[in-house]
Amino acid sequence: MIWNWEFAAEALPILLRGFVNTLIATVVGTIIATVLGLILAVAIRGLPRWINWIVRLLVAFVRNTPLVVQLIFVYYIFAGIPGLVDVPALVIGFIVIGIHYSTYMSESYRAGIDSVPPGQFEAATALSLPPVRTFTAVVLPQALRATIPSLGNYAVAMFKDTPFLFAISVVELVTSAQQFGAAKFAYTEAFTLAGIIFLVASYPTSLLIQRLDRRLATY
Amino acid sequence: MPLTEKTPATPATAGTPAIEFKDVEKSFGPTTVLKDLNFTVAPGERVTLIGPSGSGKTTILRLVMTLEDLTDGYIFVDGEPLTFEERDGKRVEMPKKRTREMTTRIGMVFQQFNLFPNMTVLENIIEAPVHVLGKSKAEASTEAKELLERVGLSEKADAHPTRLSGGQQQRVAIARALAMSPEILLLDEVTSALDPELVGDVLGVLRDIAETTDITMLLVTHEMQFARDVSHRVMMFDGGQVLEEGPPDQIFNNPSHERTKSFLSSVL
Repeated sequence: MIWNWEFAAEALPILLRGFVNTLIATVVGTIIATVLGLILAVAIRGLPRWINWIVRLLVAFVRNTPLVVQLIFVYYIFAGIPGLVDVPALVIGFIVIGIHYSTYMSESYRAGIDSVPPGQFEAATALSLPPVRTFTAVVLPQALRATIPSLGNYAVAMFKDTPFLFAISVVELVTSAQQFGAAKFAYTEAFTLAGIIFLVASYPTSLLIQRLDRRLATY
Repeated sequence: MPLTEKTPATPATAGTPAIEFKDVEKSFGPTTVLKDLNFTVAPGERVTLIGPSGSGKTTILRLVMTLEDLTDGYIFVDGEPLTFEERDGKRVEMPKKRTREMTTRIGMVFQQFNLFPNMTVLENIIEAPVHVLGKSKAEASTEAKELLERVGLSEKADAHPTRLSGGQQQRVAIARALAMSPEILLLDEVTSALDPELVGDVLGVLRDIAETTDITMLLVTHEMQFARDVSHRVMMFDGGQVLEEGPPDQIFNNPSHERTKSFLSSVL
């Protein structure tokens, strides 16, 4: 193995530019997934049976097909609709990743909500709290305690799934490493640095999630 | 339904009952827990339900608190239907919002306290006054602190419930129920989950409430001495039916049914 420091120095700014796209996709994707995941979890619980059935079917569909296939599928659908041709690939990317992970996060929310003891709902009824207040003030804060660790893990998993965006021509970290590697025949430098950037970003995030989890556990 | 004479201390029974059960039936799946149950509780009256486990006592409290669905029949609070009403000869479910308005008159204290662990003691108490009765936080907090003083826990206002002993948690739960100024208070085996040395404090608080307010109370308890001291009337349940009822002295000293005698001898 040959390591060329010059190539490495040259690659770094290019990789960091790619990393910006990785970060945007992860952060926006996480926001979409956490919000939509909660909506899905509540929808599956509270809605009429037929809507419930449709939502479950969609969730099953999204979970059981690969992310790459979903990205390409949506990308070419958008490309075929005149008004949507100009939607940037990155936007399509974080929407699809966000929806994909929302189906997993909804499951975490559901488990969190189920972990709230029935006595809490009964106390809320005994105090005549309206359903929305019961959910936001009593159920959700307790459910989140059980949910946050796995939401965090999904966010990290999402981060590591962003390279799939290459399939719809988004130049993120791994694609920029690939391109640099191909241009200079310096794959070792490019991919080593890409790996380090991933590690430097995701390891502190994992630690942060652990700390958050401990803080939430203190009441 | 055998309606016996009341002790002199019993509030006047004339007028509208605080609680009325009319032809109430409650089944869980194939199991019928209550059948053709009829009884009334007068405003200000304190009634203890006793009987073997599985006799439906707790179910009665839960039905009044709308924690269980009524299988058949009607429950009235202050003469107004709670969950179902009769309209054009048909039994119709009341709108949820109306039922919730009705339940603001009713408070309940649970065996397992059921305080909200994500809120402080004070937040637990002001939650419903602020978000159901629309009181200001300041007003609700002032009242909450008075209630905490009454149950002897002034210094715990900012603590989280998990930091309190069972007896303290239960006293907070009582304060939380009282913060809604209920006309009716339901007490479901409120000392059963407590260590013996903590029972006295909780019963002391309840005695104080019984003596100083005219809140209608419906209680399920295994503390027979307490039941004897505070209640105007005792109802003995067996198999989802009222086996006999009367003033505590009569039921405890001179029960007329063999089942009541054997039940009392098993718990006293």
